[in-house]
Amino acid sequence: MEKSYIVKQISIFSENRPGRLAAIAGALRDAKINIFAFSIAEADGFGVVRALVDRPEDAHRTLTDLGFRVSFTDVIGVKMRDEPGGLSDIASVLGDAGINIEYAYAYSGKDAAVLILRVDQIEDAVRQLLGHGGELLKTSLSQ
Amino acid sequence: MAPWNPRAEEMPPDELRRLQFKLVKSLVYRLYSFNDFYRRRMKEQQVHPDDIRTLEDVAKLPFMYKRDLRDGYPDKIFSAGRDELVRYHVSSGTTGKPTVVGYTEHDIENWSESLARGFSSCGLGRGDVMQVSYGYGLFTGGLGAHYGAERVGATVLPTSVGNTERQVELMQDLHVTAIACTPSYLLHMGEVAEKMGVSIKNDTELRIGFLGAEPWSEQMRTRIEEWLGIRAYDIYGTSELSGPMFTECAEQQGIHIWGDLALVEIVDPATGEVLEPGEQGELTITMLQKEALPMVRYRIGDLTALEEDACACGRTHPRIGRIRGRVDDMLIVRGINVFPSQVEHALLEIPEVGRHFQIVVDRKGALDSMLVRVEVSEEAFSDKITELMVIKRKVEHRLRGSLNVSVDAELVEPGSLPRFEGKSKKVVDRRSL
Repeated sequence: MEKSYIVKQISIFSENRPGRLAAIAGALRDAKINIFAFSIAEADGFGVVRALVDRPEDAHRTLTDLGFRVSFTDVIGVKMRDEPGGLSDIASVLGDAGINIEYAYAYSGKDAAVLILRVDQIEDAVRQLLGHGGELLKTSLSQ
Repeated sequence: MAPWNPRAEEMPPDELRRLQFKLVKSLVYRLYSFNDFYRRRMKEQQVHPDDIRTLEDVAKLPFMYKRDLRDGYPDKIFSAGRDELVRYHVSSGTTGKPTVVGYTEHDIENWSESLARGFSSCGLGRGDVMQVSYGYGLFTGGLGAHYGAERVGATVLPTSVGNTERQVELMQDLHVTAIACTPSYLLHMGEVAEKMGVSIKNDTELRIGFLGAEPWSEQMRTRIEEWLGIRAYDIYGTSELSGPMFTECAEQQGIHIWGDLALVEIVDPATGEVLEPGEQGELTITMLQKEALPMVRYRIGDLTALEEDACACGRTHPRIGRIRGRVDDMLIVRGINVFPSQVEHALLEIPEVGRHFQIVVDRKGALDSMLVRVEVSEEAFSDKITELMVIKRKVEHRLRGSLNVSVDAELVEPGSLPRFEGKSKKVVDRRSL
């Protein structure tokens, strides 16, 4: 049951130079794939674009066909109260359970703010968050 | 400058040619009798020592190539027994396999003699202090220059490469008058000295530089001479010849190749045909007195031409002009020879990256930098930056290990590197000399 809360994020390798994000976003636009959330992590000369999209399989195929290096990564999306303390509640639950957050990014959506998390023990994290009354995004974002 | 060995250096051209013929003759007989590798080569070419009747007949002899040394690793083509050797030097090969050069006592003697003639022709001698800032060790530069300078009675300061601030301090404190290093390292040293508030021109006694192990130009010479207040001389060699071996004289009109030690030919790189003086071609050298590792018609791969006129210094031996380039894709980075095939070979052993690559060589300040672009493989791609950085560092570490040059790696998108365009796009050299 934890599995139904594990969301497939697509991660795309990108060189750190002008136009690369435009190329990725353009490809998703042309395939009519909607991006819910995304972030860019940058390092020395390269970066990784991470995105939650409505059709991850299609996005993976589209970008791979265009020559991009793409992988799926399991993440979870937790709804946060969009008010002071929202992030603190979630981070505390995971911290108390000894679960490490490898990276995170967030978006403020229509109904609630959502925190996307990559953690080291994903099923544990799902159990802990649900156990503490957290609300998680379902695997299939489009449904 | 007075000759170190007047009898040899000012030998009349006819006498020099007679001596060369005698030396070639005995070399060829010796190799035919005792060196299995070269006898086989001669038989393949259907040439017998008796066919060498004039000096021009040398053109009948088979060539030797770098690959012969590689195939003969480590000492299969040596002509001396192990107990006759007094030294080894080792240079990196083109595909990861190194080449080994052995030396007898006589080989070291001739190497030192050759450089003693060159150094003294530029005015180095007793009372001079020579800082040797070539690498010491398996590379021939450090020890070669060291022995040559000691031979002429100079005091040697064996600093090797690196720790540049200390080198500048020692240059001042020990009254260094001459230096042997790569031209780019000397420029770097000049910059470091300025940052320390030291002007090499005004605050040191440096007056001579023997610069080589990498190509440089007349413009660079002018810059070095004016900025540092020294006379800068070209020095030439490769480990197969022994190491740094020949230099310009004070006239700066080409490098004197001592004819009693080496027979120089310039050949057409495509046909192997011997070219006339003045014509550009591939430098090909026969070492006339080398014992441990004989080199006959060795195709070095450097492009140059024989100077036609006699040198004003009075030395009678042939001279070659500046090295104009390579017949192959060898790069020289910080004085170290690098072949793109070495990079290719090293990358094959790193599954995290693809086999395609691009080398970008640049000069930041005075020093060369080498960047190797690689594509992350599908299996290795992680969305964690830390894991990608581990791959990047692994590539840098492995390449450094096999090339002996520090390398920056850059991870690029798949498919973005040149595929089939050949070597021209695999290497981007942005240096202007």
